[in-house]
Amino acid sequence: MNLNRRTLFKLAAAAGTAGVVGAAAKSRASVVPAARNARGVLVDTTRCVGCRACEAACAEANALAGPEKPGDDTVFASKRSTSPTAYTVVQKGSLKSPAGEDRFAKTQCMHCVQPACASGCVVKALEKTASGPVVYHKDRCLGCRYCMIACPFGVPKYEFSSATPLVKKCTFCAERQAKGLVPACTEVCPSGALQFGARADLLEEAKERIYQNPEKYVHKVYGEDEAGGTSWLYISDVPFESLKLPAGIEKKSYPELADGALSAVPFVITLWPPLLMGMYTFSKRRDEVAAKENDGRQEERHV
Amino acid sequence: MSEHALKPALFGGPWMRENLFLGMPFRAYLKSLVTPANAIAAAILLAGLPTIAYRFWRGLGAATNLSQTNPWGIWVAFDVVCGVALAAGGYTVACAVYIFGQKELRPILRPAILTGFLGYALVLFGLVVDLGQPWRLPYQFFLTPGTTAVMYEVGWCVFLYLMVLGLEFAPAALEWLGLVKLRRLLGSLTIGIIVIGVTLSTLHQSSLGAFFLMTPGKLHPLWYSPFLPIFFFVSSLAAGIGMVVVESALSHRAFHDRLDPAASVDLDRITLSLAKGGAIVLFAYFFIRLQGLVSSGRFDLLATGWGAWYLFEMLGFILLPSFVFAFAARRKSARLARIAGVLTVLGVILNRFNVSLIAFNWNVPDRYVPSAGEVITSLTIVTIGVLIFRWIVNRMPVVNEHPDWRGAH
Repeated sequence: MNLNRRTLFKLAAAAGTAGVVGAAAKSRASVVPAARNARGVLVDTTRCVGCRACEAACAEANALAGPEKPGDDTVFASKRSTSPTAYTVVQKGSLKSPAGEDRFAKTQCMHCVQPACASGCVVKALEKTASGPVVYHKDRCLGCRYCMIACPFGVPKYEFSSATPLVKKCTFCAERQAKGLVPACTEVCPSGALQFGARADLLEEAKERIYQNPEKYVHKVYGEDEAGGTSWLYISDVPFESLKLPAGIEKKSYPELADGALSAVPFVITLWPPLLMGMYTFSKRRDEVAAKENDGRQEERHV
Repeated sequence: MSEHALKPALFGGPWMRENLFLGMPFRAYLKSLVTPANAIAAAILLAGLPTIAYRFWRGLGAATNLSQTNPWGIWVAFDVVCGVALAAGGYTVACAVYIFGQKELRPILRPAILTGFLGYALVLFGLVVDLGQPWRLPYQFFLTPGTTAVMYEVGWCVFLYLMVLGLEFAPAALEWLGLVKLRRLLGSLTIGIIVIGVTLSTLHQSSLGAFFLMTPGKLHPLWYSPFLPIFFFVSSLAAGIGMVVVESALSHRAFHDRLDPAASVDLDRITLSLAKGGAIVLFAYFFIRLQGLVSSGRFDLLATGWGAWYLFEMLGFILLPSFVFAFAARRKSARLARIAGVLTVLGVILNRFNVSLIAFNWNVPDRYVPSAGEVITSLTIVTIGVLIFRWIVNRMPVVNEHPDWRGAH
């Protein structure tokens, strides 16, 4: 077996080039761990009256066209969805409360603790900040729309009608928060349905309310472990599905779903080249032996 | 080495006539281009290129049926996800010839590498058409690399592999141009280049499957599996073999006059050798797909409409071509092997469409159907590929060997 200098050099070159990719391709899809006091919002749907003041405040804070038909409850007739010009919409539940009241749920970006969108973004246009918000850098986005594919809540929306399109979604008023203000929607909510604070405290508050009123509330905090946990938490006295909140979301953090595949990358990069070179040397040697035997036979014939 | 190859005058009159105009005077060459096939190609391009311009002028929404619930259409499913799988012939055959020493596949190596090279170039073209702001494509390499993203790895691999395929094909172009020294230098680097190419292919072929690991609620459970990357990798080998079987048969017919009568390539024998590989790879692929089903435990879903569609893919386009390949190899029927090749290629296309489009968002009422503009654009991209392939094969030593370099590659 002649693993000569040249072969060794080739091997080193192959491994070296592959190594460059490997070094860059830092595996593990999980993102920054959130700070202990990361912000969140508790939505108590039993208190929401469906006034849509949050929609109007959101539009104003983000300089969007105002909400669809303000003050007109006919908008609730069909399932509503956020859009590039409406980062939050209120849904009307399909069931009434035991007391016969209508039920509503505000929907917007859930600001996952481990967001699928941010971990899957190839240019870090979506980024999870330690204080809670998942923010969007519009000057980076190349428009692959993988965030829309990956988001289990169907939140990111795309400006399909634009020639220089951007992704649009709730910002959790990150800029307002940085200035010490609260998110616009939570500021205007007249019924106390939206409570802004540290996620950890809100989770305790949510459980406390359920514990104090076990007959009233569904015994679950939506967002506690949906997609591994979200900054926005919901409690309700009607089933969450009836509020049109996405059902059947995995309890795992979504970036973790891709961790296994990503951690295989360095192994392929380091193991494949020597393995392939070994097989090459093997098959070359086989051919050389075969050729030599062939020559030998021909010589015999000549003699 | 003959004098011919060392001739320095690259762009002199006779050189152009010989090497660019197929040995005809310019006018005769132009006349020879008026054929029914070219008329069809021209019609497609005349419809497709303005469509692409319209898409950039008015945005994705104007030219496509994409929506907020269906952000990916056939430009991703076909142009990119299928495109990468169907371009797998390059690494599959290169690995078989150089690494495993399957010398008998040599005559189809260059066409396979050229198909791969053009395939990846067109994937990139398709991606540019599909991306919202494609001019930001380089950001992932040096400005704001999203190192945690599967797409980051795919981006690097595809970018590097495109260069590797360029290097793998370069000897043919250098022989054509008569650049002897450069050709020799490249020849000495072959194995290193092939090894890098196979490694990069292993990575990104599987990672295309990893895109969908984060979509458990959206992709139908019969297709969703934590093993998606492995499914994509193994089926890319099948796609490579199937594509090479089909493409070599078509090329053999289309470029008959380019073939060297002295070399007498026995394509049937090559096809049967590929058939054996195809049978084994597809059989293995069928079983790992079955393991995916077993580990998900969702046998109940087989009794639904989606179950029937799943079985249609599994039995009709994985198990059936595997058996037909095996039968063809045993009966020594190249014709049957080619039928199996077509089934294999269709099966991989069906699988990629299922994962990225058909079984994706299966539970959403708003289903996506491509617009005419999307279809004509994809057709245009394929047509451009076929035209470039034909242009190169008619000029460079691809299906035949260059007289000065016989047996050298």
